[in-house]
Amino acid sequence: MASGYDRALSVFSPDGHVFQVEYAGEAVKRGTCAVGVKGKDVVVLGCEKRSAMKLQDTRITPSKIGLVDKHVCLAFAGLNADARILVDKARLEAQSHRLNLEDPVTIEYITKYVAGVQQRYTQSGGVRPFGISTLIVGFDNGSDVPRLYQTEPSGIYSAWKANAIGRSSKTVREFLERNYKDDMDREATIRLTIKSLLEVVQTGAKNIEIAIMAPGKELEMLPVEDIENYVKNIEQEKQEEADKKKKGRTPGTGTAAILTRSQDEPGDH
Amino acid sequence: MEDDSGHLNSLARACLVSLQAEAPVRVPRRRQFKLQLPCPAIGNDENRASQRNLKLARTTAYHPSLTKQSAKMEVLLGITGKDFTIIAASKAAMRGATILKASDDKTRSLNKHTLMAFSGEAGDTVQFAEYTQANAQLYSMRNGTDLSPSALANFVRGELATSLRSRKPYNVNLLLGGVDPITHKPSLYWLDYLASLAKVPYAAHGYAQYYCLSILDKHHHPDITLHQGIKLLNLCTDELKRRLPIDFKGMTVKAVTKDGIIDIEFDDDKVVKMA
Repeated sequence: MASGYDRALSVFSPDGHVFQVEYAGEAVKRGTCAVGVKGKDVVVLGCEKRSAMKLQDTRITPSKIGLVDKHVCLAFAGLNADARILVDKARLEAQSHRLNLEDPVTIEYITKYVAGVQQRYTQSGGVRPFGISTLIVGFDNGSDVPRLYQTEPSGIYSAWKANAIGRSSKTVREFLERNYKDDMDREATIRLTIKSLLEVVQTGAKNIEIAIMAPGKELEMLPVEDIENYVKNIEQEKQEEADKKKKGRTPGTGTAAILTRSQDEPGDH
Repeated sequence: MEDDSGHLNSLARACLVSLQAEAPVRVPRRRQFKLQLPCPAIGNDENRASQRNLKLARTTAYHPSLTKQSAKMEVLLGITGKDFTIIAASKAAMRGATILKASDDKTRSLNKHTLMAFSGEAGDTVQFAEYTQANAQLYSMRNGTDLSPSALANFVRGELATSLRSRKPYNVNLLLGGVDPITHKPSLYWLDYLASLAKVPYAAHGYAQYYCLSILDKHHHPDITLHQGIKLLNLCTDELKRRLPIDFKGMTVKAVTKDGIIDIEFDDDKVVKMA
């Protein structure tokens, strides 16, 4: 009798929830934040890096952004150890696909596969679900259309223009919703990614990782100095905006501000 | 204990039940998790299963004498030098006495700085080479670093040795050449379907061995430049054109240097007169 229970950890609750899967979702929410943004012909992944301890060797500590195949990049939020297994399975599938079909995987295919594995672990005995969400980005073979997908512990996958997962992902997603523009160039895409991450990462550049993918090119990890420059730039801009707002509150300039805005509007349309 | 309980009287049984109730919760039986293969083989169970099915389906074999003759007619050559390894393979795809194609590429790159040339039973060769290639690339993706030529050679040898002891072994002969990404030292490995592995300065497979090894014995030097290496290769192919009874349709020539694998222009139309 007892043997029936230890096998089925993921059973429905009477009101239709599968608690284990929902708990896995909690694990994701506690993971560090990851952001993906699509531009016109570029797609950028950004990650919050947990601050390293004094004696830790950061050069060879694994990153939260990994390559699944040369043209597919994956970032995750949640349990690091679970991600290693999942990424490994994805890499195996990517190579298997190349071997059997003589074609690299499409981003959608590998996303479907990853989501499929995650789903399987919500419905099998003796296992627990993967405590991770992933963002999978890249370019299909011979195409220059950027792709961005998300997978969840339940096995759901979805396509996005820009999205965030992990800690305070809601804040970042809302920021992206306010600031996303279609057909951004490389610079604008990187900038938006970093800016959105800065909403939740207090410590600035040294705790941010940025990966850039462009069609037909290898993955590019943005050097720390470059990230620092972006961060400095963004912070300066924020400061200027804050100053402007302060000025805007004084009576004289207030009316002027309204005037210019009304002048701008017809030009915009 | 449960077996015994059938023989106990009701009082004893009641005691036993109360004892069991207080006993600590039984630890569930340990599940046996299947480990993934430690080597970089694409060897998860699903793939192994499908491979097995493929092998089961493949019951017909070519007539042995037919395969062996034409396989030996295929030319594979390898030459190492100071900072390079040249790999050359004949362009003719043969079946029996027929040439099916005159622009065949019997090489596959395993990673940025390792190249493998293959000859042997048609079908087996490409299947095995691409399987090896997939494993080499899987290793690179998983570990963020490439396997060295020597590591790959030993991996391939292991695969061939396993295959040799299976129901239908791969009939593949290989040359594996590369330049070590760290030390920049060139190397060349000679492998055959019996899973022999030898690290050599120059090598050949098939009938070409009979003509080329003597030339290479006489003229090869470990410090030659790429240019000299090509000249040496020309000596070999000239002799092959002179002596081999069939036209092997020229050679695909590639060289591995520290910068990667490069295609080398090779004059296939040169007519060689009998001495």
